[in-house]
Amino acid sequence: MPAAGPPSAVIPIIAAGGASAELVSLYQREAKIQMRSVSGWFAGWRWGLVWFTQLLFYGLPWLQWNGRQAVLFDLAERRFYIFGLVLYPQDVIYLAALLIIAAFALFLFTAVAGRVWCGFACPQTVYTEMFMWVERRFEGDRQARIRLDAAPWTAKKWLRRGGKQAVWLAIGLLTGFTFVAYFSPARTLFADLFSFSLGPSETFWGLFYGFATYGNAGYMREQVCKYMCPYARFQSAMFDRDTLIVSYDHERGEPRGSRPRGVAPASVGKGDCINCTLCVQVCPTGIDIRNGLQYECIGCTACIDVCNGVMDKMGYPRGLIRYDTQNSMEGHWSAAQMWARVLRPRVLVYAGVLTLIVAGFATSLALRSPFKADVVRDRGALARLVEDGRIENVYRIQLMNATEATQRFLIAVDGLPGAVISSRDAVEVGATQGRWVPVAVQITPQAARALGGGAHAMAFRIALQEDGRTVAELKEKSTFVVPR
Amino acid sequence: MSDFPNPGWAIFFGVATVLALLACLWLLYVASNRQPMAADNSTGHVFDEDLVEMNNPLPRWWAVLYILTVLFGFGYVVAYPGLGSLPGLFDWTSKNQLEAEQQASNTAMAEVYGKFKGLSTAELSRQPQAMAIGERLFINNCSTCHGSDAQGTKGFPNLTDGDWLYGGSPEKIEQSITEGRNGMMPALAAALGTPADVRNVAHYGLSLSGSTHDAVAAAAGKPKFAVCAACHGADGAGNQALGAPNLTDKVWLHGAGEEHFIAMVTHGKTNVMPAQGGRLTPDQIHVLAAYVWSLSQAPATATR
Repeated sequence: MPAAGPPSAVIPIIAAGGASAELVSLYQREAKIQMRSVSGWFAGWRWGLVWFTQLLFYGLPWLQWNGRQAVLFDLAERRFYIFGLVLYPQDVIYLAALLIIAAFALFLFTAVAGRVWCGFACPQTVYTEMFMWVERRFEGDRQARIRLDAAPWTAKKWLRRGGKQAVWLAIGLLTGFTFVAYFSPARTLFADLFSFSLGPSETFWGLFYGFATYGNAGYMREQVCKYMCPYARFQSAMFDRDTLIVSYDHERGEPRGSRPRGVAPASVGKGDCINCTLCVQVCPTGIDIRNGLQYECIGCTACIDVCNGVMDKMGYPRGLIRYDTQNSMEGHWSAAQMWARVLRPRVLVYAGVLTLIVAGFATSLALRSPFKADVVRDRGALARLVEDGRIENVYRIQLMNATEATQRFLIAVDGLPGAVISSRDAVEVGATQGRWVPVAVQITPQAARALGGGAHAMAFRIALQEDGRTVAELKEKSTFVVPR
Repeated sequence: MSDFPNPGWAIFFGVATVLALLACLWLLYVASNRQPMAADNSTGHVFDEDLVEMNNPLPRWWAVLYILTVLFGFGYVVAYPGLGSLPGLFDWTSKNQLEAEQQASNTAMAEVYGKFKGLSTAELSRQPQAMAIGERLFINNCSTCHGSDAQGTKGFPNLTDGDWLYGGSPEKIEQSITEGRNGMMPALAAALGTPADVRNVAHYGLSLSGSTHDAVAAAAGKPKFAVCAACHGADGAGNQALGAPNLTDKVWLHGAGEEHFIAMVTHGKTNVMPAQGGRLTPDQIHVLAAYVWSLSQAPATATR
């Protein structure tokens, strides 16, 4: 037996349970969690965030800006419009920076207060909250739903279930439509929807995203958090003993047990927990927070809200379940002591890095050039001899207009004495357009002799003109080849 | 078409694919039943003295998804060519898919090019959209030899100088692009006689354009120029029907000066413009020709 035997390098496999034991499946049906509705301070915050994120999500595609959709990711044209910004695929660095910001924000929030993202702003939580609200409207709260589950299929049950399904599907489809509207203009998409002329990819992704919303928020719910979400599994790397987590005050609560209202716990030899199990009933992942921190806990704080209500009714102080750190709970720290420990090196480092990246991101966006330029040497011929023995090199300059007005550019050569542009040096590029412009550069035979054969570093100065003045300038390096 | 050297391999891989899919299901089956756990719901495994492995069953929907994935795998290899060399129910091939995609993109392009179909070259050259398309076609298809600015280099003609080997009318340009051109200068050393004769003719040729030349040699070479006149004309002005270059201007495609001239007369040269008719559609060539034509026009019509 493991306890009695000496430490073994080999994992002993022991037929536990004896010969009479039956075979159990390793793939078990998960019990359906019928979550009891909850109201309170934290639930109010969650609903606030549901409204905020969903008004943003559903509303943004309808917002207009400069005569076009304010936020539109045009994959076919490869232009991404975010209010006044026109982004090119070349701007993918901003997406990378945004993801880094999101990651560090997640680290910071998790180090300070655990899974606040999961509990309040994650789409899985937000849509589940909305779907559960619909479910309550049609089928009632926990007890009524458990009864309905067991009830035979009467007309009334069909009606309640059917109504719920209809609204769920409607929300799912609206969500799918809205998702596609970020990639295909919402107004034309809306018209196409009612003339049944949606494109195949619009139809597929709308239905796919809609079905994913319906399935995840209606059925998968906590299973997504427990088995699919990678964040649930690496959060422990950001937790430590000074992280605020949803905690049950074991010392204060135990021994638990029921007692009449208004009875002082000490007088019946019990702790403050009346064992009403409401904290278990409201838990969306179906755990008992009184068993301590568990990986399933998404930090939704429903148990805090419901327990505070019970404590109020019993006339006990609130906070039997509360946000607290492990150190503070064990050391009986005051709030001030606990918060002082929150500003620990880990948090300061996360906050510092986050601030730096956000500042860099903002600065880079503010100083962003209104156009991009790329120089490519012609490959067919390195150099050619033209009239009077002058040497000519040909380049292609790609000009990318990142604004919504036509831009006019002047191109000049830098760093090559005596070099002139022998082709056109003034170019216009249409709004949000990219254009390849061939440019030829010449030097005199004397200058070529002075330089000698080989490749010589030079640069193009590309100046954005407005009313004859230069308003922005880019310098792009290249080389000029003189034949040996 | 089979990718296998003989049918035996096709059968082997087909059977192996089916067996592998069945093995996936078998794995799930054998892993799904176990002796029950100790009373504390542990598996009975103990690591490092006191680490106990708990029984944490996977949710059943996971197993269902697994089975669905395997069933999808069966459906996939039946529908697509996945079992040995069987073509699959959908008769899918990468060639068919490519052709379908090409057809779809040609249909989409036809709409754009439709606008330009009836327009003359001069009208097209005034349309910014047509010129932008022409510019892109040129950069993608022609600039490798003629340069991004169409000014060519040694051996590859400059298309902007108004000096045309085969004619600069829009029809001729379209013909050059569609059918290609094969310019052949025969080696004439033997026909002309001695190297001195060749040199004399070369100097006469150079004199036609007023290039640097030896007047005495040129005068001596003049009678022998009759050999050249067959193609280049008695006055050396060339013949666009043959692609014979004009020798009276200072455009030297294969190099200027005595040395290059003598080399050309002695050895001849075949210079090929490949036909683009099979690569570009007639609509594309129509727009491309208009762009090339516009390059050779006075700056007034050039797009800026």
